[in-house]
Amino acid sequence: MNHIIIGAGPAGVIAAETLRRLDSDDSIIVIGDEDETPYSRMALPYLLAENIGEDGTHLRHGADHYAAHGIRVLKGRVTAVDTGAKNVTLEGGDALSYDKLLIATGSHASRPPIAGMDLPGIENCWTLADARRIAERAKPGAKVVLMGAGFIGCIVLEALAARNVELTVIEMADRMLARMMDDAGAEMIRRWCEQKGVRVLIGTRVESIDNGEVGLRINIGGGEPVAADLVVCATGVAPNVGFLEGSGINTDLGVIVDDHLQSNVADVYAAGDVAQGPDFSTGQSEIHAIQPTASEHARIAAANMAGRSNRFDGSLSMNVLNTLGLITSSFGLWDGIENGERATVLDKKHFKYLRLEFDGDILVGALAIGLTQHVGVLRGLIQTRVKLGHWKRELLRDPHQAMSAYLGRTQGDTSPLVGATRAA
Amino acid sequence: MQKALLINPEKCTSCLQCELACSFEHEGVFNPAKSRIKVFEFEHGRRAIPYTCTQCDEAWCLHACPVEAITISPNTGAKEVNDNTCVGCKVCTIACPFGTVNYNADSGKVAKCDLCGGDPQCAEACPTGAITYVDANWTGYERMLESAVRAHPAA
Ligand SMILES: Cc1cc2nc3c(=O)[nH]c(=O)nc-3n(C[C@H](O)[C@H](O)[C@H](O)COP(=O)(O)OP(=O)(O)OC[C@H]3O[C@@H](n4cnc5c(N)ncnc54)[C@H](O)[C@@H]3O)c2cc1C
Repeated sequence: MNHIIIGAGPAGVIAAETLRRLDSDDSIIVIGDEDETPYSRMALPYLLAENIGEDGTHLRHGADHYAAHGIRVLKGRVTAVDTGAKNVTLEGGDALSYDKLLIATGSHASRPPIAGMDLPGIENCWTLADARRIAERAKPGAKVVLMGAGFIGCIVLEALAARNVELTVIEMADRMLARMMDDAGAEMIRRWCEQKGVRVLIGTRVESIDNGEVGLRINIGGGEPVAADLVVCATGVAPNVGFLEGSGINTDLGVIVDDHLQSNVADVYAAGDVAQGPDFSTGQSEIHAIQPTASEHARIAAANMAGRSNRFDGSLSMNVLNTLGLITSSFGLWDGIENGERATVLDKKHFKYLRLEFDGDILVGALAIGLTQHVGVLRGLIQTRVKLGHWKRELLRDPHQAMSAYLGRTQGDTSPLVGATRAA
Repeated sequence: MQKALLINPEKCTSCLQCELACSFEHEGVFNPAKSRIKVFEFEHGRRAIPYTCTQCDEAWCLHACPVEAITISPNTGAKEVNDNTCVGCKVCTIACPFGTVNYNADSGKVAKCDLCGGDPQCAEACPTGAITYVDANWTGYERMLESAVRAHPAA
């Protein structure tokens, strides 16, 4: 059996390893178009903050990791997929045939259609190559403008601030983190950033960028232009599906996959940021563009490529973020459901916030600011759909009892409990 | 035969010796806030449950880690955080549905139970036998696994 995986990011690499574990003799080829050892984009902020070197971003350590697992990592870009002949074409013209194909091509950073966005000194923060260019310009004291204060923007914000630059964040929406935080939480984060010396302009549109007297001039709606030595653009990403045109593989935003992570074409699967797959909370086909979803997709898709039949219940949308020391997380339907119930504790003074959303006596979503202990249990409560029973009343009164509620409902009455391992 | 932490809440008196021993072993301080095992009290202190990582087979933390900082110890089977590799991204803390991986702002890394390399200090310190370190094929083990998260059939 020939497995071909397009994309050498987390989804591609985890799928390859899973295939090897399940199917020991098959040929596994991972094709990646970045000229790097496979790495994790999510580690880039820590490289920029100079907490790690480039090798610290690598997905796997040990020079011969891939060879030792019989995984061939091929540098190259796939330009077309022929699902009839079952082969992929590489830039340069070579074709490779497959029995099972995984599309794990991720996304690319997109820039808004604004005049001047292609000037030198404007960078995305999406690839290792981007990070190197940012590091060159983001020297202590440099004036840096960050466009976009969504999830990725806020992660990059933290990294830029760590480089001691003079930072201005410009966000078009009327709050930061519009897709992972409600108004109260977003306002708390904005206040926190300003207290830490970062200028945050929300509800502000960049109208154009041109060359100023020194450096770049960012012209904004309703205000004085902002000067910058570097502009980092974190305004959005788009899945890499262009090469699939004419292949017969259905795409919407990304590659549409079913609950086995298979596309409409037999033997063609997709995983990670490029896959539009089932969402645990809504049952809809969605792109989460997060690491845990990439990992889950990859493992399920690979199992199915190896001939198992693993049904996927959907991934839970979730994020955790550190903004200049303020730790924020969001899970599932954090904005609640119609006729649902909500419990909140908001402590503006101490920058603490917890919001739980219920459907009957089941937790369906959560937001947390300033919570670092046992935060994962919010996922556990949501994803096991555990009936909270009388614990719901307790949680409405004190949302911080989430860990106790989980224990009380899942293990409290059964004893003894045992932990630890089976032979791996 | 691999060993496991066996927790019997019936025997727990909530004395917190386990938390003190754990924080001392890992952080060099007697501070329950830094412990990787936590005693939860119920019914106004009449019942208590010591709780820590079950070293589950699904290993949500390990699979979510972007830089392979969590690996399985060949000796104990514990999922261990390598502090030199961990970048502190905290993705494992939200991926673990049991809530047993925590971020430590002082170190900028995450922390979880590592079975103390095979000599768990919580079990050592527990005066009532509520926490013991036993062969993993104890009869209750399968039952515990059944109660683990079933949301995804991990490959
Ligand atoms: C700065 C930053 C911070 C982030 N922080 C977090 C975080 O805190 N938490 C979180 O959950 N997620 C975070 N993410 C998102 C996370 O990195 C992605 O969800 C993850 O990388 C998805 O993995 P993937 O394998 O699907 O895609 P990718 O990592 O994008 O890998 C896809 C690979 O395929 C290659 N490719 C594309 N097209 C082709 C082709 N035609 N031929 C060959 N190769 C191709 C790409 O170049 C790329 O190397 C962050 C991302 C960034 C950029």
